[in-house]
Amino acid sequence: MSHVLEVQSVSKRFGGLEALHDVSLWADGEILGLIGPNGAGKTTLFNVVSGFLEPTSGQVRFRERAIQDKPAHEVVAMGIARTFQIVKPFAELTVLDNVLSGHGMPRYPSPRAFRERVHTPDNEAVARRILERTGLTRWADTPAGSLPIGLQRRLEIARALATEPDLLLLDEPAAGLTRQEADALADLIRELHAEGISLIVIEHNMHFAMNLCQRIAVLAQGEVIAEGEPAEVQNNEAVINAYLGKQGTNEVVTMGPGS
Amino acid sequence: MFISDYALSVATFVGIWVTLSLSLGILTGFAGQVSLGHAAFFGIGAYISAILALRYGFSFWIALLGAIVITGLAGSILGLPSLRVRHDFLVLATMGVNFVVVALFRYVDFFGGAMGLVNIPAPSVFGVSFRGGVPYLLLVWAFAGVTWLIAWYLSRTWVGLAWHTVRSDEDAAAAVGVSVPRFKIYAFAISAALAGGAGALYGHFIGSLFPDTFAFVESIVILSMVIFGGVGTLRGPIVGAIILKAAPEMLRVVQDYRFTLYGALLVLMMLFQPMGIIGDGSFIWRNLRRLFGREPATVAQPPPHPVEEPAAAQQETAS
Repeated sequence: MSHVLEVQSVSKRFGGLEALHDVSLWADGEILGLIGPNGAGKTTLFNVVSGFLEPTSGQVRFRERAIQDKPAHEVVAMGIARTFQIVKPFAELTVLDNVLSGHGMPRYPSPRAFRERVHTPDNEAVARRILERTGLTRWADTPAGSLPIGLQRRLEIARALATEPDLLLLDEPAAGLTRQEADALADLIRELHAEGISLIVIEHNMHFAMNLCQRIAVLAQGEVIAEGEPAEVQNNEAVINAYLGKQGTNEVVTMGPGS
Repeated sequence: MFISDYALSVATFVGIWVTLSLSLGILTGFAGQVSLGHAAFFGIGAYISAILALRYGFSFWIALLGAIVITGLAGSILGLPSLRVRHDFLVLATMGVNFVVVALFRYVDFFGGAMGLVNIPAPSVFGVSFRGGVPYLLLVWAFAGVTWLIAWYLSRTWVGLAWHTVRSDEDAAAAVGVSVPRFKIYAFAISAALAGGAGALYGHFIGSLFPDTFAFVESIVILSMVIFGGVGTLRGPIVGAIILKAAPEMLRVVQDYRFTLYGALLVLMMLFQPMGIIGDGSFIWRNLRRLFGREPATVAQPPPHPVEEPAAAQQETAS
């Protein structure tokens, strides 16, 4: 039986650097954590899956269709949405309009784009429901660029949700959030999962990833070095070495079960 | 009421440049594609319409329509560099396009060469032909009005929103499902088509065309109008075109120093009012809004401090 997302021996080269080497991975209706030291290739993998980069070799299959050569805007239309590690809000647009931009996804490729107005009561109602569940309602009319980073991260998720994805790729959604904010975010992610959205979450915060994810894949130097339930991965020798290696000790400390 | 021929012709020219400025506003203001080649589309429209009327005997109206359609097609082709290059490099590429187009006008016999095209017929309605005068003025401004309507209408549709996403961040645009190449080409095609219409109106008004009219320096003038007025708005290009086109005519003294004036104005605008003289957030626009009670006198409240929002967020997600 096949999985919702299958990454089949994907490699990605940038000149002499092989950012991904023979990566195979799958995801089903779950919250999959993607962890690994800096430069391991996590974001590159997201870029490949979401259509921003074409792999040098290998296949990406989503619901049994090969998508590795599809451009990003078509990948979204197939049901894979993503957020960016370095947030990319449409700074001059209001928070509401940012979410509406995602809601417009099915309309952009069709002549409806020329016919239909953006600000209709129906469209706004949909966008406001998304703002409500992501806790952004009171900033609806604020220009997105003037929001603090924590809210911009939430807006990234809200905008991605507006495209009604089946698979959501979150690139370090908890980075820079306070503990409270991160907890609220984890609740939201679990809620989305309960509604049937599959999620892959890149996370540096081990505590956050271990608590949230049902399964974790560890990437180091462009290769998957371990995969399994959080507890297994945590005690995996290769994983501990990868983090100990030449990396700083900070991340090792946060690996500890007590943190 | 007596209006001098001179005033009429200035008002007609202003209408044509308002159209040019508005059409570039779609490309540069809405879609964020800074072009220094807009005079090329202006020229293509003028030449196509003149040739259709002169050589093939089409009526002005068919020639105008043909100019709009063909210049729109030319825009979608000449916009292709924007799919490969961005920002400064796109500006250079559009400049290059402008030089090539003017060279074609000058060196290809079909376009009349350096001698240009002369005796371009005036339009006629029910057998009555009119060059200049109030009817032509109205025609030109009606076309400017249509251009404004199209820009206004599009700014409210998904196309307008898609253009904004392209201008703001191409990666994020793709992430919400916008095909960046497709919407860039839409912008080039629509912007060029309208500039082509302005070109046709120019040619049949003035009666003769010469390549240098559509040289690169004219592209600078049109871009100056958009930036001077306020890029990204609907009113900015209109105000910019009126001021920059009418002012040199009224102050004959500055006529000879027109480009010096444009240059100096641009530098000053970039330094003190980068949003344009009447753009969003400009001094004049803020005060106009305040005057008509559309904006509170105090600066809008900054967003609440992030520290207080997790509680709110929890309430909202909990409910």
